[in-house]
Amino acid sequence: MSILVNKDTKLVVQGITGRDGKFHTGKMKEYGTNVVAGVSPGKEGETLDGIPVFNSVAHAVKATGANTSIIFVPAAFAADAILEASEAGIKLVIAISEGVPILDMIRITPILKINGTLLIGPNCPGLITPGEALVGILPAMIFKEGNIGFISRSGTLTYEVVNLLSLNDFGQTTCVGIGGDPVAGLYFIDLLEMFENDPETKAVVLIGEIGGDAEEQAAQFIAEKMTKPVVAFIAGQTAPPGKRMGHAGAIISSGAGTAAEKIAAFNKAGVPVAKEPSEIPVLLRQKLAELK
Amino acid sequence: MKIHEYQARQIFRDYGIPVPDGVLCYTVYEVEKAAREMNRMVVVKAQVLAGGRGKAGGVKLARTAEDAKNAAKQILGMDIKGLTVEKVLVTDAVDIEKEFYVGLINDRNTKSITLMVSAEGGVEIEEVAKNNPEKIIKFSINPLTGLLDYQARNVAMELFGNIKLAQKAASIFTKLYKLYIETDSTLAEINPLVLTTGNEILAIDGKMNFDDNALFRQPKILAMREPDEEELQEIAANEKGLAYIKLDGNIGCMVNGAGLAMATMDMIKLYGGSPANFLDIGGSSNPQKVIDAMNILLSDKNVKAVMINIFGGITRCDDVAKGLIKALEIIMTDVPIVVRLSGTNAEEGLALLKQTGLPTVSSMSEAAQKAIELSKR
Repeated sequence: MSILVNKDTKLVVQGITGRDGKFHTGKMKEYGTNVVAGVSPGKEGETLDGIPVFNSVAHAVKATGANTSIIFVPAAFAADAILEASEAGIKLVIAISEGVPILDMIRITPILKINGTLLIGPNCPGLITPGEALVGILPAMIFKEGNIGFISRSGTLTYEVVNLLSLNDFGQTTCVGIGGDPVAGLYFIDLLEMFENDPETKAVVLIGEIGGDAEEQAAQFIAEKMTKPVVAFIAGQTAPPGKRMGHAGAIISSGAGTAAEKIAAFNKAGVPVAKEPSEIPVLLRQKLAELK
Repeated sequence: MKIHEYQARQIFRDYGIPVPDGVLCYTVYEVEKAAREMNRMVVVKAQVLAGGRGKAGGVKLARTAEDAKNAAKQILGMDIKGLTVEKVLVTDAVDIEKEFYVGLINDRNTKSITLMVSAEGGVEIEEVAKNNPEKIIKFSINPLTGLLDYQARNVAMELFGNIKLAQKAASIFTKLYKLYIETDSTLAEINPLVLTTGNEILAIDGKMNFDDNALFRQPKILAMREPDEEELQEIAANEKGLAYIKLDGNIGCMVNGAGLAMATMDMIKLYGGSPANFLDIGGSSNPQKVIDAMNILLSDKNVKAVMINIFGGITRCDDVAKGLIKALEIIMTDVPIVVRLSGTNAEEGLALLKQTGLPTVSSMSEAAQKAIELSKR
């Protein structure tokens, strides 16, 4: 078991003929992901890497039964691409595109809700269920099959921590990079709930960062609803207020969203927060030992 | 992106929000002249991109042109939160009956734009939120319909308790919403929105921030940008595909990825050092990017040591190492550098770097400790 993506995932790649789309389609296919179609308007009938290309997501879905989409189109067109997938009946959309205007995301959110489409991202590295499916730009070789659920707002920090987990024999059920934008799709609580309900996941690692109050909400959710142990890490403890640290969401203003507040919320919820990434496997081992 | 009050007032005016007359001035002479021409009581207001201008003495009431001249003498050139005042706005002083707060902001939780209003106007809304949160009325706007007239009226009615005034205020709320949407704002505040003794409703002060991701489709807004020195540095870095923010410490950091870059700064602090910057070089092994990044880092004279922290994912560490070697051949610096490579092809990358004699390590904690040690030499 796992969450969101697995052996049954049939993936369509929107923006498959672009530089990043092409490159990562190759990597995903190499990993064993079932990539069934690509979309690139004007290129229907062509194939790429043996994958048929269509003019629209609707065509791709009709011809291949695709159920999941990954989006590599430029930021200015990302919201349009997400809606196209949603209207075509795709139930899970992963938007890799970086730099999407916030109001574009606000505008499409209610429509995704009406259509019952789940979104991950934008500005995210995607997700992986080790041994089953890679849907994203994550470096596959650092992941390992196992029973730790993993959620993160960041990219390379995810790789850093996952690598440490794998080296310490903590394989993963599914790892999800939710992205660093202020208005995004699935967030901590949604995914914590999925991991709580996934029988194979034994514990969850959560990597947060400054900005917003999603970590505080996650802490409350964990305290009230979760039976499985969670270990956390928060990036940005030294960040100055009001500055955007690379991620649009990682901005502290008006005294909300600081690392200290988030750490305090987790501690209150009984969630240990690692001081540095290498402490995460240690805390995880302690938490799992307490269960026995 | 932020803009000045006088720029926000201009946008308000373009959208039909009533704003008192005002003149932007750069010299004491201009202020005196403007005040004389207005021929009534005026307010002289510092134009800097910082809050708390009033508290800092950057806003002064002047009864006569002579008063205005003296106020300008005090305000022009003064320092507000590290920013020098180079221009002031001279504006009609209004007879205030009562002050209110009106703001629009993106709400991450509801994934919508939220209208916030309060009868506690004229003070920083953060203060109200902290001390009297019950005094803020919030209304989450459905993105599919926008802010509807009746909704704006209902919110305004709660604030004014008088339908005549509520109608006037509601019209301001819907105009503010329209400009918010059309300019890709992330914050649009009227504070205070004022009820005058003549029963007029006016926007006295405004603050607007914009979504950097949307500037590509907002040429008019982009043209209003007046970056200070620090922001110029950040913009220059952005143009080279780097994200850079200067900090106060002495250990320069170069990292791939924003989250890892933040964690690197935290790590330096954790081991007793102090980071000189945030610098994300993104996911490329292009030597030119490393050269650009090093140049930016080393332009900060406080930097006593550099920590390069790379986790190779799709980008292979041996490619990064090659880029680094090429970059370091060109740059030639005396500042000590420690390199941490981990992830894809890390061993090959580290082997390549061995030849350069640079200290290399494989974990973040080691790298941070080594950089701190080097910075103290």
